[in-house]
Amino acid sequence: MTKTAERHPVKTAAVPPVQAPSPVGGRGRRRLADQARAYAFLLGGLICFALFSWYPAIRAVVIAFQKYTPGSSPEWVGTANFTRVWHDPEFAAAWRNTLTFTLLALLIGFAIPFVMALVLNELRHAKAFFRVVVYLPVMIPPVVSALLWKWFYDPGAGLANETLRFLHLPTSNWSNGADTALISLVIVATWANMGGTVLIYLAALQSIPGELYEAAELDGANLLQRVRHVTIPQTRFVILMLMLLQIIATMQVFTEPFVITGGGPENATVTVLYLIYKYAFLYNDFGGACALSVLLLVLLGAFSAVYLRLTRSEGDA
Amino acid sequence: MSTRTLISPATLARPRGKALYWTVFTTVVLLFALAFLFPVYWMVTGAMKSPDEVTRTPPTLVPEHWHLGGYTDAWDLMQLPRHLWNTVVQAAGAWAFQLVLCTAAAYALSRLRPVFGKVILGGILATLMVPAQALVVPKYLTVADLGLLNDPLAIWLPAAANAFNLYLLKRFFDQLPRDVLEAAEMDGAGKLRTLWSVVLPMSRPVLGVVSIFALVAVWQDFLWPLMVFSDTDKQPISVALVQLSQNIQLTVLIAAMVIASIPMVALFLVFQRHIIAGISAGSTKG
Repeated sequence: MTKTAERHPVKTAAVPPVQAPSPVGGRGRRRLADQARAYAFLLGGLICFALFSWYPAIRAVVIAFQKYTPGSSPEWVGTANFTRVWHDPEFAAAWRNTLTFTLLALLIGFAIPFVMALVLNELRHAKAFFRVVVYLPVMIPPVVSALLWKWFYDPGAGLANETLRFLHLPTSNWSNGADTALISLVIVATWANMGGTVLIYLAALQSIPGELYEAAELDGANLLQRVRHVTIPQTRFVILMLMLLQIIATMQVFTEPFVITGGGPENATVTVLYLIYKYAFLYNDFGGACALSVLLLVLLGAFSAVYLRLTRSEGDA
Repeated sequence: MSTRTLISPATLARPRGKALYWTVFTTVVLLFALAFLFPVYWMVTGAMKSPDEVTRTPPTLVPEHWHLGGYTDAWDLMQLPRHLWNTVVQAAGAWAFQLVLCTAAAYALSRLRPVFGKVILGGILATLMVPAQALVVPKYLTVADLGLLNDPLAIWLPAAANAFNLYLLKRFFDQLPRDVLEAAEMDGAGKLRTLWSVVLPMSRPVLGVVSIFALVAVWQDFLWPLMVFSDTDKQPISVALVQLSQNIQLTVLIAAMVIASIPMVALFLVFQRHIIAGISAGSTKG
């Protein structure tokens, strides 16, 4: 029983055991009853985590090495799923698209909110208005944003080309052209998601002590130098955190390509998650889908580990 | 309250600074209106144009005639009441399951010191490292094995396995003043009683944040309901919109998109201060 106390040295120190007077039974029975009660509280949550988080993670790895068809017993096939998936021409396209998407989303979808937050932080009027408006697209269901932009990108009467015509600029194929499709989707994702990034970064900017800017200005630093030598170092951790979160989120992009382009034209917008979906629900190849999932999992798990490491170490500091 | 930011108040007070400030301010207002409000305006008014007008080039900025027909057609033809109701049921159930199960588990982990509590917490936090979307296929197979396909439980139960919200709750419970809880136990209140009448009333802010996250997550989700609801009658609005978007008139589809957005946008406008404060706080507190 003292083991429990050792296991949670911090907690025991923070919360000394509240011993209600225990007329019947010894300490041992009392402890057992406490444990039973603790697990009664935990049970429902634990079952859900076990069934829908822990078990699927294990199962993904197992099925990745099996020929799996729902309803019949699975067969072990070694690494056949991985080799089959690897030789699928869509495999390379999906990874290339996903990585390009992530990189573009990092360049566009990170730079724009970053500058926007910097500017918003300097404005002294209509603060609430800006925050509400920039976050509005986040609250619009992603499916609606995707359908909305699909309509904007319509080569005929779509708003995107109408605007270009109005400005006497050459029109574009947007999501319908093989070389513009991916960037068109990045624009949609940026529009739909940047509200969160702006708000979080804005909060970080507000925590920078004003004296630092004053000192920098006294030292003769101009605006850009102040951004470079005060703002960025002071918010370095939040920048890094937001970047990693963005990478993890965009590597799992599905809704935009599924709704707007259907993976086309010429596989230009097939993403890894889209390919997983296709393997499972179009080809009925769950082994292949799980092999792909495992690959995605390993890569994203590495990013997530870095992210957690960062948040953890910052918390200690 | 005005704190010193990049640009000093002295610079802003000068005539040139003032002029520059108002130029930037106006530009940003216009830019925001154009980038974020105009698309929404275009959607709301597009649904009120006639089918012929909506595809016209150059487009009309304001509908020539305001038709409400698009909205009523969408409501009837696309069976929006049914899909909206499905979404409400799925979101409400997910919210209830998450609130009850996550709160109970977080309370146990925070206050009841179960054996292996650290291990369990570690296992729960580890799921944060495994991005949910990458596991949808094995999760789908598990739900299928349990016979939960086309059942709202397929949304509700996995929603309860939300490590982020559980951790948020646990951290909040950790910080509650110890003496208040002790006093409750001294008075002979059981664990459940303490949770219900002491801990939960003190946790209103965090419960609000968790509730909003839970509702928004279900309302916005697409891939998971697309997988588990093959039955059209059971589909939430997000899935139904995409399925029906292929063979429906553009104005009707746009009207349906507007209707699908209203609940979450309304929720946001009502609770905007809390939501924005929640997001901003989440970052600095880490």
